[in-house]
Amino acid sequence: MSDASSKLMDQLHTQVGVKHAALGITLLIYPLVASDFFTFQIGGYSLILGTIALSLMMLVGYGGIVSLAQLSVAGLAGYLVAILGENTSGVHGFGWPWWVVVPTAIAAATFFSGIIGAVAARTDGIYTIMITLAISVVFFYFTRQNYEIFNGFTGFSGIKPPVIFGVDLIAPVPFYYLCLAVAASCYFAVLYGKRSTFGLAFQGVRDNARRMEALGFSPFLHRVFAHVLAGVVAGMAGVLLVWFGGRISPGTVGINVTIDILVIAVVGGIIHPIGPFVGALVFVLLETFAIDFIVPERFNTLIGLVFLTIIFFSPNGLVGIWDRICESITPNKKGEGV
Amino acid sequence: MFGTFMLQHADKTVRRPHYAVRGGLGPVLELRGVSKAFGSLVALAEIDLKIMPGERCAILGANGAGKTTLFNAISGDFPISSGEVRLLGQDVTSLPTHDRVRRGLRRTYQISQLFGGLSVRENMYLACRGILGRRFSVLHPKASDVALKASEDLLHAVKLYDQGDALVATLSHGQQRQLEIGLALAHNPNLILFDEPAAGLSPAERGDLIAILQSLPKQIAFVLIEHDMDVALRVADRVIMMHNGEIFKEGLPEDIEKDAAVQELYLGTHHG
Ligand SMILES: Nc1ncnc2c1ncn2[C@@H]1O[C@H](COP(=O)(O)OP(=O)(O)OP(=O)(O)O)[C@@H](O)[C@H]1O
Ligand SMILES: [Mg+2]
Repeated sequence: MSDASSKLMDQLHTQVGVKHAALGITLLIYPLVASDFFTFQIGGYSLILGTIALSLMMLVGYGGIVSLAQLSVAGLAGYLVAILGENTSGVHGFGWPWWVVVPTAIAAATFFSGIIGAVAARTDGIYTIMITLAISVVFFYFTRQNYEIFNGFTGFSGIKPPVIFGVDLIAPVPFYYLCLAVAASCYFAVLYGKRSTFGLAFQGVRDNARRMEALGFSPFLHRVFAHVLAGVVAGMAGVLLVWFGGRISPGTVGINVTIDILVIAVVGGIIHPIGPFVGALVFVLLETFAIDFIVPERFNTLIGLVFLTIIFFSPNGLVGIWDRICESITPNKKGEGV
Repeated sequence: MFGTFMLQHADKTVRRPHYAVRGGLGPVLELRGVSKAFGSLVALAEIDLKIMPGERCAILGANGAGKTTLFNAISGDFPISSGEVRLLGQDVTSLPTHDRVRRGLRRTYQISQLFGGLSVRENMYLACRGILGRRFSVLHPKASDVALKASEDLLHAVKLYDQGDALVATLSHGQQRQLEIGLALAHNPNLILFDEPAAGLSPAERGDLIAILQSLPKQIAFVLIEHDMDVALRVADRVIMMHNGEIFKEGLPEDIEKDAAVQELYLGTHHG
């Protein structure tokens, strides 16, 4: 084996360590023991929301860029699936095959994300938040008022995932595995990418953009490219999101959902790509079961309280808490997350 | 050892842009009437300056004389108010910093500008990568990667190899200064601007710094801002005195040291 590939194997080995193996096995056998409801509504949905939040985590964790437009990017992909594929709303539904629709939707989302990046990349901190929030708001109102493309307030319904190689992806277990495959690919790509040349350069831009300039880098282009990569992740999640719900409307890309994605990423923890998935699971569990003991109108209060409590005790979210537990068990080892 | 480390990975593997060819004829840097005003404060007033290839030049001047502003103007950290900056005979006044750096300019900062969240090795790798291209690769660098190799050599050169895996934030001040300098040495520079590299260093670390500066390959020109006359006079062929945004006096180190006006203006108020 060559030097390089053996080094790669080493890296894979250390990264795909014991914790990953345990987590992987758990996630793989989960649908075999869980009910359809838990497989689809809890498992599948958490993985989808987690993947959207992952696209935010990449930007915040490694680039210090808080982009509130990631849901819009995912939403655009979702809308395109409805428009280019099939829906039962009687508007559009070009009926293109899934293997054309899906790449087109993801490509468009990626492009959209790159444009957002180009607009936002010259700004910093609060201004980035404001610009991306504005984009998110504009996208929401545009989908609601535009009937030619987005079918306005009604949106689209009756969107179904395809049947691939005789497997109907609408069935809970296959759909769960599809979500798991997408989520895991994105997760490992981010984990690997963190130490890639671009990943390091992007973190360099986060730490000191001025010095990066003085080393021959263009911080602007690095920020834009990071948005492009995050767009791929968000786009894939957007396709899954519309297949999951079977429908998409302005409410899917509303501001409250945008905030949910931010909360998911921060509660889970933005220091490690597992964070968004942990956050998503907590969020989905709360959203699903809080109804049993509080009135629905109080749901946001509950989420807010949980958010405050976690951030109060651990600025790095649940991953930060996990890290501290690991460190206290093995004090000589430096905790690097999962 | 130091004299060759920067050159050994060059040429064959790296496509060198046409403008990086070392002419050896014209000046490596030329400033023509460069001015910079911050509001009503004139920080640089019509500066004319030429640095020849391989020349070593020290800039002295009291606090607020405009030394750092001069560096910022040369590197393009901010736009100048008027005048022209030429690198290797080409006008770079309107080019961003990263373009100037790719043409062979390097600089260090008075206050270290490092990547606190990355390891020492990763900091150095970025410095080499930035100049060698492939800045957007989404893959890990191979063990045989040119930039990776160059960064390992540089770590040895600035005596930080053993700290390679440490996070920059955990380094001592002296080590951070060493890294600050190391980042500016990446891959065949034509001209390096050192902004008070000795600031806050211990006497022993100063000795190391002088050794590093003296052992830089002969074709590399540098400009050094330094309050410590000992450091400045030991490495410079020419000394430039700045005062109120102007070049006040220029000359050989020994002449400047003796100059009465300089004594009064600078050495009297400063003890290096
Ligand atoms: N970004 C800026 N905005 C406004 N004024 C500035 C800025 N940078 C420098 N100045 C002013 O320009 C003048 C020259 O500053 P400069 O930093 O170049 O001095 P210096 O010679 O490097 O001094 P020191 O020895 O203290 O580093 C000072 O009066 C300073 O206050
Ligand atoms: Mg200064």
